[in-house]
Amino acid sequence: MGAYTPHTPQEISQMLERIGVGSLEELLAVSPEIAPKAPLDVVPAMPEYQIQRRMKALAARNRADDYASFLGAGAYRHYAPPAIAALAMRGEFLTAYTPYQAEVSQGYLQAIYEWQSYICLLTGMEIANASVYDGATALAEGSIMAINATGRKRLLVSRAVDPRYRAVLHTYCGGLDVEVDEIAVGADGRTDGASVRAAIEAKTYAAVVLQSPNFFGVIDEIDPQLRASIESSGTVPIAVISEAISLGALRSPAQWGAQIVVGEAQSFGVALAYGGPYVGFIASTGEHMRRIPGRLVGRSLDNRGQEAYTLTLQAREQHIRREKATSNICTNQAHCALIATIYLALMGASGLRDVAGLNLERSRELATAVSSVPGVSLRFDVPFFNEIVVRVGNGAEVLAALQKHGVLGGVDLGRFYPEYADSILMTATELTSTGDIAKLTAALREVVHVAAVR
Amino acid sequence: MSQPSANSSAPTLIFETGAPGRATEYVERSRPHTEYLPQELLRTELPLPDNNELDVVRHFTQLSQRTFGIDLGFYPLGSCTMKYNPRVNDAMASLPGFSELHPYTPDDLAQGSLAVMYELERSLSSVFGMAAFSLNPSAGAHAELAALLVAKKYFKDRGESKRTKVIVPDTAHGTNPASAAMCGFKVISIPSDARGRVSVEEIEKVLGDDTAVCMMTNPNTLGLFEDHIAEIAAAVHRVGGLMYYDGANANAIMGNVRPGDMGFDLMHLNTHKTFTIPHGGGGAGHGPLGVAAHLVDFLPTPVVRAIPDGKSGLRRAPSDGMRFELDFDRPKSIGPMRSFWSNFAHAVRALSYLYANGAEGLKSVSQLAVLNANYLRVGVSEFLSTPYPEICRHEFVASAQDLKKETGVRALDIAKALLDRGYMAPTVYFPLIVPECLMMEPTETESKETLDIFIEALREIVETAKSDPQSIMAAPVRTVVGRIDETRAARQPDLRWRQSG
Repeated sequence: MGAYTPHTPQEISQMLERIGVGSLEELLAVSPEIAPKAPLDVVPAMPEYQIQRRMKALAARNRADDYASFLGAGAYRHYAPPAIAALAMRGEFLTAYTPYQAEVSQGYLQAIYEWQSYICLLTGMEIANASVYDGATALAEGSIMAINATGRKRLLVSRAVDPRYRAVLHTYCGGLDVEVDEIAVGADGRTDGASVRAAIEAKTYAAVVLQSPNFFGVIDEIDPQLRASIESSGTVPIAVISEAISLGALRSPAQWGAQIVVGEAQSFGVALAYGGPYVGFIASTGEHMRRIPGRLVGRSLDNRGQEAYTLTLQAREQHIRREKATSNICTNQAHCALIATIYLALMGASGLRDVAGLNLERSRELATAVSSVPGVSLRFDVPFFNEIVVRVGNGAEVLAALQKHGVLGGVDLGRFYPEYADSILMTATELTSTGDIAKLTAALREVVHVAAVR
Repeated sequence: MSQPSANSSAPTLIFETGAPGRATEYVERSRPHTEYLPQELLRTELPLPDNNELDVVRHFTQLSQRTFGIDLGFYPLGSCTMKYNPRVNDAMASLPGFSELHPYTPDDLAQGSLAVMYELERSLSSVFGMAAFSLNPSAGAHAELAALLVAKKYFKDRGESKRTKVIVPDTAHGTNPASAAMCGFKVISIPSDARGRVSVEEIEKVLGDDTAVCMMTNPNTLGLFEDHIAEIAAAVHRVGGLMYYDGANANAIMGNVRPGDMGFDLMHLNTHKTFTIPHGGGGAGHGPLGVAAHLVDFLPTPVVRAIPDGKSGLRRAPSDGMRFELDFDRPKSIGPMRSFWSNFAHAVRALSYLYANGAEGLKSVSQLAVLNANYLRVGVSEFLSTPYPEICRHEFVASAQDLKKETGVRALDIAKALLDRGYMAPTVYFPLIVPECLMMEPTETESKETLDIFIEALREIVETAKSDPQSIMAAPVRTVVGRIDETRAARQPDLRWRQSG
């Protein structure tokens, strides 16, 4: 029998009789030519205590918990109060479907309306959707908005945008027959503004995409002059946020000129979980309202004159418009958006500001500590949020050696940028302790060979 | 009555609560940001409310009480497979060894997570008859898009870029044509026949050397098994096209028939339907993409590669005696579909469910899902018309058209009346080809008792519609809000809170 089926053998017989069929096999009969030829090759069923035993054994094969970790690069370790899980795991939220039946989904709809509002307040945008899969797909969908808004089929993307986001954008563009051109990164770790200015002159790009803080942790805004040129070229400026905690300290992308803001909100209480599920967001100025993909929750009135929430502007969506929809997205990341909303509600402005401030503080402590090690230096000397690019000689080799000292030193930049193969991307958050930094510094002193570094 | 009660008022929007400085302090106070960055880069205002933990706990607990989930009552939502979500799966996904693992953890320290992904991948391949699965896509529609990108790249690789057409039956889920459009394919919609199926003749009319993919779900969204599927697949293959299986309805087929054996080259699975991952109010989902051998090279990156570890020992599961690597070096791949490798926590849940069932259990799951659907269909057919009165699979459609003619009561009204009686409504007005359609999928986790009581509730609604139609058209009246002014919502969009004044 299936593991969670309530049927007694007697009930099965009664039900078959009512249907007028002799057996379950008869009920599901298929022609022999398509019937399975061999039994399914899966692990035999086990009782619940054995599931736990086996899963715990598998979880124990992950051996990262004893390491001092400086991993970030688009997924961040932050403090999440236990109240988040206690609330989000309530069965009413966990086992609800997409709130098409608004009358019995008011609570979830209100939570998503609050999520949309939080994202607007943090990004400075007019509207935000109910979520998309993650940061990378948010960029792809946001870019499609710009393509539809301008009728242009080329995108200009900074190489300082997370390489995985760019890779996903390329995947999507393979379907859309859209060309993606990349802008170089300057020696200071910021997108080269002169290259952007030159590229947009021909007025052929739908969007110019920047990330701030960028993949290197560097604050990478559009300056006011460039902003004017971008606007006069009819190009849509898209800002990417992959470390949402930065929004607690840095001015909003709206203030430096973004019209569409896309990003990842994993930092707001969502578990790292080896890469997912996370939660992407898309926000924009009001003019793009009918081009935004995915669900939108709106506030209206019910037939009793009460305020009530409902999914709205559904004429954009696949279940109504089919091949003419703004996107094929159906299931999104509602539960992760709920988690992020609860996180923001718990933290409040004060808490978010403090967390952001502690990230600024610890990452500066990290920068000072590592640059005191002979043979180690910071590649860029510009304002940054909580990540730094650290020159060590050979990034991959140094990381492997650090691992032997109980340290996960960060991400090897050579993996994405051959020209930075001498560097590691290191991250510090509020959870990075002074002890972790001391352990890293001591290990770096052991493993970095001074002679190998220019 | 399990619905939230009508007299509880809505919690105030979070933005209109709290007071500056009231937030519970979870971290130490930081120094001013100006100590670290120049003022011009910094935010001057952050208008988020400060609330104490208790206030936040009450706020979201009250919101939860205004939300209907499977845990509160029966959810007969067609094509959505709202079955019980076993709690052990969540407990396993929450094990710190899994939940705290960073995606850039070196492979040698992430062997447990890679083993989970590998085992799930191998198991799904066997259950559905595919050569391999990718766990990269985030949901069903995302996997459809990935599949069509695979098809596009496959044809390009073969020098057959002239294949531009995707065939979609008129009963298909809306995501099918929308995904095709996102890949630049032209969508050809074909009508179902009088039996509610796709006929070989209709397919053959549109087949040609420009055919790229034929997207089908089997059983289809009417809950009917496409009995000519092998001939349809053969016809599509004859002209060089690919067959795509929309796995939204896979709860009907496990251990009974496999997409691979039916002739499908590509498929997706909604593990958040079939494998009991909670829907969470609309995601996160999980959409593994399966392919036949000739398409494996085109799957999204990364894939988990298994290498025998050379040690001897007992081998019970596919992951025993192996070590694993994430493989990004796949020259023919369409590339990644998302930021990181997979919705990994969901892979844990799906594997946990697989462990609970084994092969026999999965077979039984589908058998009992079909049993429940037919039992419900027979019961409902006593008072509502069922346009396809034959053995169905996991779901079926009823129509309120006759009732509407007689009483003015529509499918939507019946749906709303069910909300008043403590049930989630069925899917209404889909598939599009059935007028006043009510599409019901009970799933295997509901008991005969629950179905019996539900049938009586529905019968009572239909009888009331005949004696007092106004009372049904006024529904719902016992829910916290009544029917909502959708026109106002769309014409005067209020999509966010604003600071007043």
